[in-house]
Amino acid sequence: MDVFPIILVIAFFQIIIIQKPFPNLDQILLGIVLVVVGLFIFILGLDSALFPIGEKMANDFATKGNALWIIFFGFALGFSTTIAEPALTVVAGKAGALAAGAGAIKDNPESIGSFVLGLRLTVAFSVGTAISLGVLRIIKGWPLIWFITGGYSLIVITTFFAPAQIIGIAYDSGGITTSTITVPLVAALGVGLATAIRGRSPIIDGFGLIALASLNPIIFVLGYGIFVYGLNI
Amino acid sequence: MGQDFIQAIVNALGGTFKDILPIILVLGFFQAVAIRKKIQNLPTIAFGLVLVVIGLSIFIVGLEKCVFPIGTQMANQLTDLNFLTSGDETVIAAIKNSIKIDPAIYLWTYVFAFLIGFSTTLAEPALIAVALKAKEITTGAISAWGLRISVALGVAFGVTLGVYRIVTGNPLHYYIATGYAFLLVQTYFAPKMIVPLAYDSGGVTTSTVTVPLIAALGIGLAANVPGRSPLIDGFGLIAFASLFPMITVMAYAMITEILAARKTTADK
Repeated sequence: MDVFPIILVIAFFQIIIIQKPFPNLDQILLGIVLVVVGLFIFILGLDSALFPIGEKMANDFATKGNALWIIFFGFALGFSTTIAEPALTVVAGKAGALAAGAGAIKDNPESIGSFVLGLRLTVAFSVGTAISLGVLRIIKGWPLIWFITGGYSLIVITTFFAPAQIIGIAYDSGGITTSTITVPLVAALGVGLATAIRGRSPIIDGFGLIALASLNPIIFVLGYGIFVYGLNI
Repeated sequence: MGQDFIQAIVNALGGTFKDILPIILVLGFFQAVAIRKKIQNLPTIAFGLVLVVIGLSIFIVGLEKCVFPIGTQMANQLTDLNFLTSGDETVIAAIKNSIKIDPAIYLWTYVFAFLIGFSTTLAEPALIAVALKAKEITTGAISAWGLRISVALGVAFGVTLGVYRIVTGNPLHYYIATGYAFLLVQTYFAPKMIVPLAYDSGGVTTSTVTVPLIAALGIGLAANVPGRSPLIDGFGLIAFASLFPMITVMAYAMITEILAARKTTADK
């Protein structure tokens, strides 16, 4: 049901606009069946595992009342899921090739490798920091808008000093860090925490963790670009 | 051929398990060291995690074997100069010599970008998860479908504008800075309860389904438009796809609020 629109769009363009027959129609049909079945099983697992764990742990942390542990937990969760994120590995690899091509780093596998690793560590560190900051925000009840306004202003200012080669990658890195497994877990954590703490509303305080995890990497990667390429003045 | 798929799913299982392993380790460590409580319903949760890994692996194989190749192929066909000019050699030569290109000839690419952005977002598992959560805690005030459709519209607008930017070669940060400024102004007028959810929906949309398809579109386009570099101009579509859903989700909440207010006045 959820993938039906994609099929419709692709079929429309292939038949009406490009006017060529579909290659491997049987493979496409089998692929569609896999997508539908896979999504169904995933959502089943989400409801019976990821959502309950996230909420249970948030609740246990809140009743234990140790803020330091949960902030540390937020950092570990953000860092570990991001460093393993396949989409980030791909984009970081492309950024490495670009840096070598531009002459910013030496064009050999070792320099590229350390640039790529540095970029992945930067993004993972920024996501970890963002989640622990977001958790602190829920505990304190600070309005999200402070962080968003401050963060975006910082991004715009940093962009003017950042080298052109890093800007596109930095802006994209915000979106790719939040994966399919992390998002449900982090959403459950935020909502669970806001539900368990007295005086917090799940809708106003519970959401916002993913927003910070998408914003912070942009600032950090721009900073990494300035560090590697130098200031653009 | 079925053999290929089974083999691919088995391989994907390993990959998905590797992705989820750090999460399990972190959860286990904090459960044992910080919370120090036995996990209740351990068998149910373990079974649920197995379902997550299996479901995601099957889903990803289906995407990689059928949706992505077609998406990439379609991006290449639509941005091919022969297709755009209906094979008119003189027009192709003129475009190649003048470097400047009329953005209007990419009409079908814009339409494709809009529709593919919309449809892939509807299928995004992470968005489905968040929409379910939002519906649950607002006890239905924010409908899961309303949220998903407004996010999908946002991605569709974002990707279309991003594709236009690649064609014209304008600097990315002008668009993004303008978008942020608009977003911040809009935030002050939007209903307070939607703001965090709206900002979250920016990051949520760009996940398993959308990122690879949209990245393929951007890189295919930048490779085929004369004067663009795939490495510099190919990036940035995901940034657009993360920005616009925030605007449309807030707009959705504002419209719902206005309609609700009208209804109450009408009832009186």
